[in-house]
Amino acid sequence: MNSIITAIVAFGAIGLAIGIILSIAAKVFEVNTDPKIGEVLDNLPGANCGGCGFAGCSACAEAIVKGEASVNACPSIDESSLSRIASIMGTEAEKTRKLVACVMCSGSNDVTVKKYEFDGTKSCLEINALNNGDKMCNFACLGYGDCVEVCKFDAITLHNTLASVDKDKCASCGMCVSVCPRNIIKLIPYDSKVYVRCSSEDKGAAMKAKCSVGCIGCGICAKNCPEEAIMVIDNHAVINQEKCVGCGICVEKCPKKIIETA
Amino acid sequence: MIDIKSLLVIAISAMLTENFVLSRFMGICPFLGVSKKTSTAVGMGMAVTFVMTLAGIATWLIQHYILVQFHLEYMKTIVFIFVIAALVQFVEMALQRFSPALYTALGIYLPLITTNCAVLGAVLLAIDTYNYNLIETIVFNMFAAIGFTIAIILLSGVRERLEEAKIPSFMQGLPIVMISAALISIAFLGFQGLSF
Repeated sequence: MNSIITAIVAFGAIGLAIGIILSIAAKVFEVNTDPKIGEVLDNLPGANCGGCGFAGCSACAEAIVKGEASVNACPSIDESSLSRIASIMGTEAEKTRKLVACVMCSGSNDVTVKKYEFDGTKSCLEINALNNGDKMCNFACLGYGDCVEVCKFDAITLHNTLASVDKDKCASCGMCVSVCPRNIIKLIPYDSKVYVRCSSEDKGAAMKAKCSVGCIGCGICAKNCPEEAIMVIDNHAVINQEKCVGCGICVEKCPKKIIETA
Repeated sequence: MIDIKSLLVIAISAMLTENFVLSRFMGICPFLGVSKKTSTAVGMGMAVTFVMTLAGIATWLIQHYILVQFHLEYMKTIVFIFVIAALVQFVEMALQRFSPALYTALGIYLPLITTNCAVLGAVLLAIDTYNYNLIETIVFNMFAAIGFTIAIILLSGVRERLEEAKIPSFMQGLPIVMISAALISIAFLGFQGLSF
Protein backbone atom coordinates (compact mmCIF):
# COMPACT_ATOMS: atom_id res chain seq x y z
CA MET A 1 0.00 0.00 0.00
CA ASN A 2 2.77 2.34 1.01
CA SER A 3 4.68 1.80 -2.20
CA ILE A 4 1.63 2.69 -4.29
CA ILE A 5 1.27 5.95 -2.43
CA THR A 6 4.97 6.72 -2.81
CA ALA A 7 4.72 6.00 -6.53
CA ILE A 8 1.67 8.20 -6.97
CA VAL A 9 3.16 11.03 -4.95
CA ALA A 10 6.55 10.83 -6.68
CA PHE A 11 5.11 10.64 -10.19
CA GLY A 12 2.63 13.39 -9.36
CA ALA A 13 5.43 15.55 -8.00
CA ILE A 14 7.58 15.01 -11.08
CA GLY A 15 4.59 15.79 -13.29
CA LEU A 16 3.77 18.92 -11.34
CA ALA A 17 7.38 20.10 -11.37
CA ILE A 18 7.67 19.53 -15.13
CA GLY A 19 4.33 21.22 -15.73
CA ILE A 20 5.38 24.28 -13.76
CA ILE A 21 8.80 24.43 -15.45
CA LEU A 22 7.23 24.14 -18.90
CA SER A 23 4.61 26.79 -18.24
CA ILE A 24 7.24 29.18 -16.89
CA ALA A 25 9.46 28.37 -19.86
CA ALA A 26 6.61 29.04 -22.24
CA LYS A 27 6.26 32.52 -20.75
CA VAL A 28 9.99 33.24 -20.53
CA PHE A 29 10.85 31.93 -23.98
CA GLU A 30 7.78 33.37 -25.64
CA VAL A 31 8.46 34.41 -29.20
CA ASN A 32 6.27 37.20 -30.41
CA THR A 33 5.02 36.18 -33.80
CA ASP A 34 3.52 39.07 -35.66
CA PRO A 35 -0.27 38.62 -36.03
CA LYS A 36 0.08 40.44 -39.35
CA ILE A 37 1.76 37.35 -40.85
CA GLY A 38 -1.46 35.37 -40.49
CA GLU A 39 -3.57 38.21 -41.89
CA VAL A 40 -1.32 38.64 -44.92
CA LEU A 41 -1.27 34.88 -45.46
CA ASP A 42 -5.07 34.82 -45.53
CA ASN A 43 -5.02 37.24 -48.46
CA LEU A 44 -2.41 35.37 -50.50
CA PRO A 45 -3.71 32.87 -53.08
CA GLY A 46 -2.44 29.83 -51.15
CA ALA A 47 -1.32 27.99 -54.26
CA ASN A 48 2.28 27.78 -52.97
CA CYS A 49 3.42 28.17 -56.57
CA GLY A 50 6.76 29.70 -55.60
CA GLY A 51 6.47 32.46 -58.18
CA CYS A 52 7.47 35.04 -55.58
CA GLY A 53 10.80 33.33 -55.03
CA PHE A 54 10.01 32.21 -51.47
CA ALA A 55 9.38 28.66 -50.30
CA GLY A 56 5.61 29.12 -50.31
CA CYS A 57 2.79 31.47 -49.39
CA SER A 58 3.58 31.42 -45.66
CA ALA A 59 7.24 32.21 -46.26
CA CYS A 60 6.17 35.02 -48.59
CA ALA A 61 3.77 36.41 -45.96
CA GLU A 62 6.56 36.38 -43.38
CA ALA A 63 8.90 38.20 -45.77
CA ILE A 64 6.24 40.81 -46.57
CA VAL A 65 5.61 41.52 -42.88
CA LYS A 66 9.33 41.67 -42.11
CA GLY A 67 9.77 44.11 -44.98
CA GLU A 68 12.07 41.78 -46.89
CA ALA A 69 9.60 41.68 -49.76
CA SER A 70 7.34 44.37 -51.13
CA VAL A 71 3.58 44.09 -50.59
CA ASN A 72 3.12 43.06 -54.20
CA ALA A 73 5.73 40.32 -54.04
CA CYS A 74 3.12 37.79 -55.08
CA PRO A 75 2.84 37.70 -58.87
CA SER A 76 -0.42 35.73 -58.80
CA ILE A 77 -2.46 38.02 -56.58
CA ASP A 78 -5.68 39.78 -57.59
CA GLU A 79 -6.28 43.50 -57.07
CA SER A 80 -8.60 43.35 -54.06
CA SER A 81 -6.36 40.99 -52.07
CA LEU A 82 -3.40 43.17 -52.90
CA SER A 83 -5.09 46.28 -51.58
CA ARG A 84 -6.11 44.39 -48.42
CA ILE A 85 -2.49 43.33 -47.84
CA ALA A 86 -1.37 46.89 -48.47
CA SER A 87 -3.82 48.17 -45.86
CA ILE A 88 -2.63 45.54 -43.35
CA MET A 89 0.91 46.75 -43.90
CA GLY A 90 -0.20 50.37 -43.89
CA THR A 91 1.24 51.18 -47.29
CA GLU A 92 -0.10 51.85 -50.73
CA ALA A 93 0.16 49.03 -53.21
CA GLU A 94 2.31 50.07 -56.11
CA LYS A 95 0.55 49.69 -59.37
CA THR A 96 2.34 47.07 -61.36
CA ARG A 97 1.63 45.88 -64.83
CA LYS A 98 -0.01 42.51 -64.64
CA LEU A 99 1.95 39.95 -66.58
CA VAL A 100 0.76 36.81 -68.30
CA ALA A 101 2.68 33.88 -69.70
CA CYS A 102 2.67 33.47 -73.45
CA VAL A 103 3.99 30.56 -75.49
CA MET A 104 6.13 32.22 -78.15
CA CYS A 105 5.45 29.65 -80.86
CA SER A 106 2.58 29.04 -83.23
CA GLY A 107 3.93 25.82 -84.66
CA SER A 108 1.19 23.28 -84.21
CA ASN A 109 1.50 19.83 -85.78
CA ASP A 110 -0.04 20.76 -89.15
CA VAL A 111 2.34 23.65 -89.89
CA THR A 112 5.68 22.35 -88.65
CA VAL A 113 7.89 19.70 -90.20
CA LYS A 114 8.75 16.76 -87.99
CA LYS A 115 12.19 15.22 -87.60
CA TYR A 116 10.89 11.90 -86.38
CA GLU A 117 7.87 10.24 -84.87
CA PHE A 118 8.14 9.62 -81.18
CA ASP A 119 6.13 7.01 -79.32
CA GLY A 120 7.77 7.10 -75.91
CA THR A 121 7.10 9.01 -72.75
CA LYS A 122 5.08 12.14 -73.30
CA SER A 123 7.47 14.61 -71.76
CA CYS A 124 8.93 17.71 -73.40
CA LEU A 125 12.07 17.40 -71.30
CA GLU A 126 12.86 13.90 -72.55
CA ILE A 127 12.00 14.58 -76.17
CA ASN A 128 14.08 17.75 -76.09
CA ALA A 129 17.03 15.63 -74.97
CA LEU A 130 16.52 13.35 -77.96
CA ASN A 131 18.16 15.12 -80.90
CA ASN A 132 16.70 18.48 -79.87
CA GLY A 133 13.08 17.44 -80.08
CA ASP A 134 10.86 15.90 -82.73
CA LYS A 135 10.11 19.11 -84.62
CA MET A 136 12.57 20.41 -87.20
CA CYS A 137 12.56 23.86 -85.64
CA ASN A 138 14.72 23.96 -82.53
CA PHE A 139 12.60 26.75 -81.09
CA ALA A 140 9.22 25.10 -81.55
CA CYS A 141 6.81 24.18 -78.82
CA LEU A 142 7.16 20.41 -78.41
CA GLY A 143 3.59 20.14 -77.24
CA TYR A 144 3.90 17.30 -74.75
CA GLY A 145 2.59 19.45 -71.95
CA ASP A 146 5.29 19.79 -69.28
CA CYS A 147 3.91 23.28 -68.74
CA VAL A 148 0.33 22.01 -68.56
CA GLU A 149 1.33 19.66 -65.77
CA VAL A 150 3.21 22.23 -63.76
CA CYS A 151 0.50 24.92 -64.00
CA LYS A 152 -1.39 25.14 -60.74
CA PHE A 153 -4.10 27.33 -62.23
CA ASP A 154 -5.15 25.14 -65.19
CA ALA A 155 -4.35 28.03 -67.51
CA ILE A 156 -2.46 26.10 -70.19
CA THR A 157 -4.07 23.85 -72.78
CA LEU A 158 -2.68 21.81 -75.64
CA HIS A 159 -4.15 22.04 -79.11
CA ASN A 160 -2.56 19.93 -81.80
CA THR A 161 0.80 19.76 -79.95
CA LEU A 162 0.91 23.46 -79.28
CA ALA A 163 0.54 24.87 -75.80
CA SER A 164 -1.39 28.07 -75.33
CA VAL A 165 -2.11 30.09 -72.23
CA ASP A 166 -5.53 31.31 -71.16
CA LYS A 167 -4.50 34.79 -70.10
CA ASP A 168 -7.43 35.30 -67.75
CA LYS A 169 -6.59 32.17 -65.80
CA CYS A 170 -2.84 32.80 -65.83
CA ALA A 171 -1.48 34.05 -62.52
CA SER A 172 1.97 34.78 -63.96
CA CYS A 173 3.71 32.64 -61.34
CA GLY A 174 6.37 31.72 -63.86
CA MET A 175 6.37 27.97 -63.22
CA CYS A 176 5.83 27.17 -66.90
CA VAL A 177 8.58 29.62 -67.89
CA SER A 178 11.12 27.73 -65.83
CA VAL A 179 9.91 24.23 -66.72
CA CYS A 180 9.86 24.70 -70.51
CA PRO A 181 13.00 23.00 -71.89
CA ARG A 182 12.84 25.21 -74.98
CA ASN A 183 12.67 28.51 -73.07
CA ILE A 184 9.92 29.75 -75.34
CA ILE A 185 7.39 30.73 -72.69
CA LYS A 186 7.75 34.40 -71.84
CA LEU A 187 5.95 36.72 -69.45
CA ILE A 188 4.39 39.61 -71.33
CA PRO A 189 2.18 42.46 -70.08
CA TYR A 190 -1.48 41.45 -69.74
CA ASP A 191 -2.57 44.42 -71.83
CA SER A 192 -0.16 43.70 -74.71
CA LYS A 193 -1.96 44.58 -77.91
CA VAL A 194 0.11 42.62 -80.38
CA TYR A 195 2.79 39.98 -79.99
CA VAL A 196 4.94 37.78 -82.18
CA ARG A 197 4.32 34.13 -81.44
CA CYS A 198 7.66 32.85 -82.67
CA SER A 199 11.10 32.69 -81.09
CA SER A 200 13.08 31.07 -83.89
CA GLU A 201 16.67 32.21 -84.25
CA ASP A 202 17.02 30.51 -87.63
CA LYS A 203 17.58 32.60 -90.75
CA GLY A 204 14.61 33.19 -93.04
CA ALA A 205 15.40 30.59 -95.71
CA ALA A 206 16.09 27.86 -93.16
CA MET A 207 12.95 28.78 -91.28
CA LYS A 208 10.72 28.51 -94.33
CA ALA A 209 11.73 24.88 -94.77
CA LYS A 210 10.87 23.99 -91.19
CA CYS A 211 7.66 25.77 -90.40
CA SER A 212 5.08 27.68 -92.39
CA VAL A 213 4.29 30.06 -89.54
CA GLY A 214 7.83 30.89 -88.42
CA CYS A 215 9.15 34.43 -88.34
CA ILE A 216 11.64 34.83 -91.17
CA GLY A 217 13.09 38.03 -89.79
CA CYS A 218 12.22 40.02 -92.92
CA GLY A 219 11.80 43.20 -90.92
CA ILE A 220 8.74 44.45 -92.80
CA CYS A 221 6.95 44.97 -89.49
CA ALA A 222 9.89 46.92 -88.09
CA LYS A 223 10.04 49.18 -91.15
CA ASN A 224 6.32 49.88 -91.11
CA CYS A 225 5.88 50.45 -87.40
CA PRO A 226 5.12 54.15 -86.86
CA GLU A 227 6.26 54.01 -83.24
CA GLU A 228 9.50 52.13 -83.95
CA ALA A 229 8.44 49.57 -81.40
CA ILE A 230 9.56 46.51 -83.34
CA MET A 231 13.10 45.26 -83.72
CA VAL A 232 14.41 42.13 -85.38
CA ILE A 233 16.59 40.39 -82.80
CA ASP A 234 18.16 36.98 -83.49
CA ASN A 235 16.21 36.65 -86.74
CA HIS A 236 12.77 37.17 -85.25
CA ALA A 237 10.68 40.23 -84.56
CA VAL A 238 10.43 41.43 -80.99
CA ILE A 239 7.85 44.00 -79.95
CA ASN A 240 8.70 46.56 -77.31
CA GLN A 241 5.44 46.63 -75.37
CA GLU A 242 6.32 49.98 -73.76
CA LYS A 243 6.25 51.73 -77.14
CA CYS A 244 3.53 49.72 -78.85
CA VAL A 245 0.26 51.60 -79.30
CA GLY A 246 -1.64 48.73 -80.90
CA CYS A 247 -2.23 50.36 -84.28
CA GLY A 248 -2.23 46.96 -85.99
CA ILE A 249 -0.16 47.92 -89.03
CA CYS A 250 2.38 45.13 -88.35
CA VAL A 251 -0.40 42.55 -88.12
CA GLU A 252 -1.54 43.58 -91.54
CA LYS A 253 1.90 43.79 -93.14
CA CYS A 254 3.39 40.55 -91.80
CA PRO A 255 3.82 38.20 -94.77
CA LYS A 256 3.63 35.16 -92.50
CA LYS A 257 0.67 36.41 -90.50
CA ILE A 258 2.26 35.45 -87.23
CA ILE A 259 1.85 38.73 -85.39
CA GLU A 260 -1.27 38.26 -83.33
CA THR A 261 -3.61 40.74 -81.78
CA ALA A 262 -4.61 40.01 -78.25
CA MET B 1 39.14 9.47 -12.02
CA ILE B 2 37.90 9.48 -15.59
CA ASP B 3 39.12 6.43 -17.39
CA ILE B 4 39.74 7.60 -20.95
CA LYS B 5 40.27 4.11 -22.29
CA SER B 6 36.97 2.75 -21.02
CA LEU B 7 35.18 5.84 -22.33
CA LEU B 8 36.74 5.24 -25.74
CA VAL B 9 35.56 1.63 -25.68
CA ILE B 10 32.04 2.76 -24.76
CA ALA B 11 32.09 5.35 -27.57
CA ILE B 12 33.33 2.97 -30.28
CA SER B 13 31.00 0.17 -29.31
CA ALA B 14 27.97 2.46 -29.08
CA MET B 15 28.78 4.05 -32.42
CA LEU B 16 29.96 1.12 -34.53
CA THR B 17 29.94 -2.41 -33.10
CA GLU B 18 26.63 -2.03 -31.31
CA ASN B 19 25.17 0.52 -33.73
CA PHE B 20 21.67 1.37 -32.57
CA VAL B 21 19.97 1.05 -35.90
CA LEU B 22 22.04 -1.61 -37.61
CA SER B 23 22.78 -3.96 -34.70
CA ARG B 24 20.12 -3.28 -32.11
CA PHE B 25 17.31 -2.39 -34.54
CA MET B 26 16.15 0.62 -32.58
CA GLY B 27 14.94 3.83 -34.22
CA ILE B 28 13.96 2.07 -37.44
CA CYS B 29 11.00 4.43 -37.95
CA PRO B 30 13.02 7.61 -38.62
CA PHE B 31 15.74 5.48 -40.24
CA LEU B 32 13.32 4.45 -42.99
CA GLY B 33 11.02 7.47 -42.78
CA VAL B 34 13.33 10.44 -43.24
CA SER B 35 16.22 8.93 -45.19
CA LYS B 36 14.95 9.95 -48.61
CA LYS B 37 17.33 12.88 -48.90
CA THR B 38 20.73 13.40 -47.30
CA SER B 39 19.84 16.92 -46.15
CA THR B 40 16.85 15.74 -44.11
CA ALA B 41 18.85 12.76 -42.85
CA VAL B 42 21.51 15.10 -41.51
CA GLY B 43 18.79 17.21 -39.83
CA MET B 44 17.30 14.15 -38.19
CA GLY B 45 20.73 12.94 -37.07
CA MET B 46 21.50 16.30 -35.50
CA ALA B 47 18.18 16.37 -33.67
CA VAL B 48 18.65 12.82 -32.35
CA THR B 49 22.19 13.57 -31.17
CA PHE B 50 21.01 16.68 -29.40
CA VAL B 51 18.05 15.09 -27.66
CA MET B 52 19.75 11.78 -26.81
CA THR B 53 22.64 13.48 -25.03
CA LEU B 54 20.35 15.76 -23.04
CA ALA B 55 17.94 12.93 -22.27
CA GLY B 56 20.86 10.86 -20.95
CA ILE B 57 21.81 13.57 -18.48
CA ALA B 58 18.24 14.28 -17.37
CA THR B 59 17.20 10.67 -16.89
CA TRP B 60 20.42 9.74 -15.10
CA LEU B 61 19.81 12.53 -12.60
CA ILE B 62 16.17 11.52 -12.15
CA GLN B 63 17.10 7.85 -11.75
CA HIS B 64 19.77 8.44 -9.12
CA TYR B 65 18.32 11.35 -7.19
CA ILE B 66 14.60 10.51 -7.26
CA LEU B 67 13.77 6.97 -8.29
CA VAL B 68 16.54 5.18 -6.37
CA GLN B 69 15.96 7.32 -3.28
CA PHE B 70 12.30 6.33 -3.10
CA HIS B 71 12.79 2.74 -4.34
CA LEU B 72 10.71 3.43 -7.44
CA GLU B 73 13.07 1.87 -10.02
CA TYR B 74 10.20 -0.17 -11.46
CA MET B 75 8.58 3.08 -12.62
CA LYS B 76 11.51 4.17 -14.72
CA THR B 77 10.05 3.37 -18.16
CA ILE B 78 7.03 5.60 -17.75
CA VAL B 79 8.95 8.31 -15.91
CA PHE B 80 11.66 8.37 -18.58
CA ILE B 81 9.15 8.66 -21.43
CA PHE B 82 7.51 11.48 -19.58
CA VAL B 83 10.78 13.26 -18.83
CA ILE B 84 12.08 12.90 -22.39
CA ALA B 85 8.85 14.31 -23.82
CA ALA B 86 8.95 17.26 -21.45
CA LEU B 87 12.64 17.81 -22.10
CA VAL B 88 12.10 17.98 -25.86
CA GLN B 89 9.30 20.49 -25.33
CA PHE B 90 11.56 22.60 -23.15
CA VAL B 91 14.50 22.42 -25.53
CA GLU B 92 12.26 23.36 -28.43
CA MET B 93 11.00 26.46 -26.66
CA ALA B 94 14.49 27.48 -25.59
CA LEU B 95 15.87 26.96 -29.07
CA GLN B 96 13.12 28.99 -30.69
CA ARG B 97 13.95 31.83 -28.37
CA PHE B 98 17.72 31.76 -28.34
CA SER B 99 18.78 30.10 -31.56
CA PRO B 100 16.14 30.44 -34.29
CA ALA B 101 18.70 29.31 -36.85
CA LEU B 102 19.24 25.94 -35.14
CA TYR B 103 15.49 25.73 -34.51
CA THR B 104 14.67 26.05 -38.19
CA ALA B 105 17.53 23.70 -39.09
CA LEU B 106 16.16 20.95 -36.83
CA GLY B 107 12.61 21.85 -37.81
CA ILE B 108 9.99 19.16 -37.48
CA TYR B 109 12.52 16.49 -36.46
CA LEU B 110 12.92 17.77 -32.94
CA PRO B 111 9.32 17.05 -31.81
CA LEU B 112 9.27 13.91 -33.95
CA ILE B 113 11.92 12.15 -31.91
CA THR B 114 10.10 12.65 -28.61
CA THR B 115 8.74 9.15 -28.81
CA ASN B 116 11.63 7.60 -30.71
CA CYS B 117 12.50 4.22 -29.22
CA ALA B 118 16.21 4.81 -29.83
CA VAL B 119 16.20 7.64 -27.29
CA LEU B 120 14.37 5.63 -24.64
CA GLY B 121 16.43 2.56 -25.49
CA ALA B 122 19.69 4.44 -25.05
CA VAL B 123 18.82 5.82 -21.63
CA LEU B 124 17.44 2.49 -20.40
CA LEU B 125 20.51 0.62 -21.61
CA ALA B 126 22.90 3.13 -20.06
CA ILE B 127 21.14 3.30 -16.71
CA ASP B 128 19.65 -0.15 -16.37
CA THR B 129 21.67 -2.70 -18.29
CA TYR B 130 25.15 -1.21 -18.15
CA ASN B 131 24.78 0.80 -14.95
CA TYR B 132 27.01 3.61 -16.23
CA ASN B 133 27.97 6.67 -14.21
CA LEU B 134 26.99 10.15 -15.45
CA ILE B 135 30.04 10.74 -17.66
CA GLU B 136 29.79 7.28 -19.20
CA THR B 137 26.06 7.79 -19.79
CA ILE B 138 26.70 11.05 -21.64
CA VAL B 139 29.44 9.49 -23.79
CA PHE B 140 27.35 6.38 -24.48
CA ASN B 141 24.26 8.35 -25.50
CA MET B 142 26.13 10.85 -27.59
CA PHE B 143 28.02 8.26 -29.58
CA ALA B 144 24.98 6.03 -29.92
CA ALA B 145 23.27 9.01 -31.55
CA ILE B 146 26.28 9.69 -33.76
CA GLY B 147 26.08 6.03 -34.80
CA PHE B 148 22.42 6.60 -35.66
CA THR B 149 23.42 9.65 -37.72
CA ILE B 150 26.06 7.66 -39.60
CA ALA B 151 23.56 4.91 -40.37
CA ILE B 152 20.81 7.25 -41.59
CA ILE B 153 23.21 9.28 -43.75
CA LEU B 154 24.59 6.07 -45.30
CA LEU B 155 21.09 4.86 -46.12
CA SER B 156 20.05 8.24 -47.52
CA GLY B 157 23.07 8.15 -49.82
CA VAL B 158 22.05 4.71 -51.05
CA ARG B 159 18.44 5.86 -51.52
CA GLU B 160 19.48 8.88 -53.54
CA ARG B 161 21.34 6.57 -55.89
CA LEU B 162 18.37 4.19 -55.99
CA GLU B 163 16.17 7.03 -57.24
CA GLU B 164 17.93 6.83 -60.57
CA ALA B 165 18.40 3.08 -60.68
CA LYS B 166 16.19 0.74 -62.62
CA ILE B 167 14.42 -1.32 -59.99
CA PRO B 168 12.00 -4.13 -60.81
CA SER B 169 8.50 -2.86 -60.13
CA PHE B 170 7.76 -5.35 -57.34
CA MET B 171 10.83 -4.10 -55.47
CA GLN B 172 10.18 -0.38 -55.83
CA GLY B 173 9.67 1.72 -52.73
CA LEU B 174 10.13 0.24 -49.30
CA PRO B 175 11.20 -3.31 -50.30
CA ILE B 176 14.43 -2.19 -51.95
CA VAL B 177 15.09 0.19 -49.03
CA MET B 178 14.69 -2.70 -46.59
CA ILE B 179 17.17 -4.76 -48.60
CA SER B 180 19.63 -1.86 -48.76
CA ALA B 181 19.32 -1.36 -45.01
CA ALA B 182 19.91 -5.05 -44.45
CA LEU B 183 23.05 -4.97 -46.59
CA ILE B 184 24.39 -1.97 -44.67
CA SER B 185 23.59 -3.86 -41.47
CA ILE B 186 25.56 -6.89 -42.67
CA ALA B 187 28.46 -4.58 -43.57
CA PHE B 188 28.39 -3.24 -40.03
CA LEU B 189 28.77 -6.78 -38.71
CA GLY B 190 32.39 -6.36 -39.75
CA PHE B 191 32.92 -4.07 -36.78
CA GLN B 192 32.16 -6.97 -34.45
CA GLY B 193 35.74 -8.05 -34.99
CA LEU B 194 37.04 -4.94 -33.20
CA SER B 195 38.52 -5.90 -29.86
CA PHE B 196 40.19 -3.84 -27.23
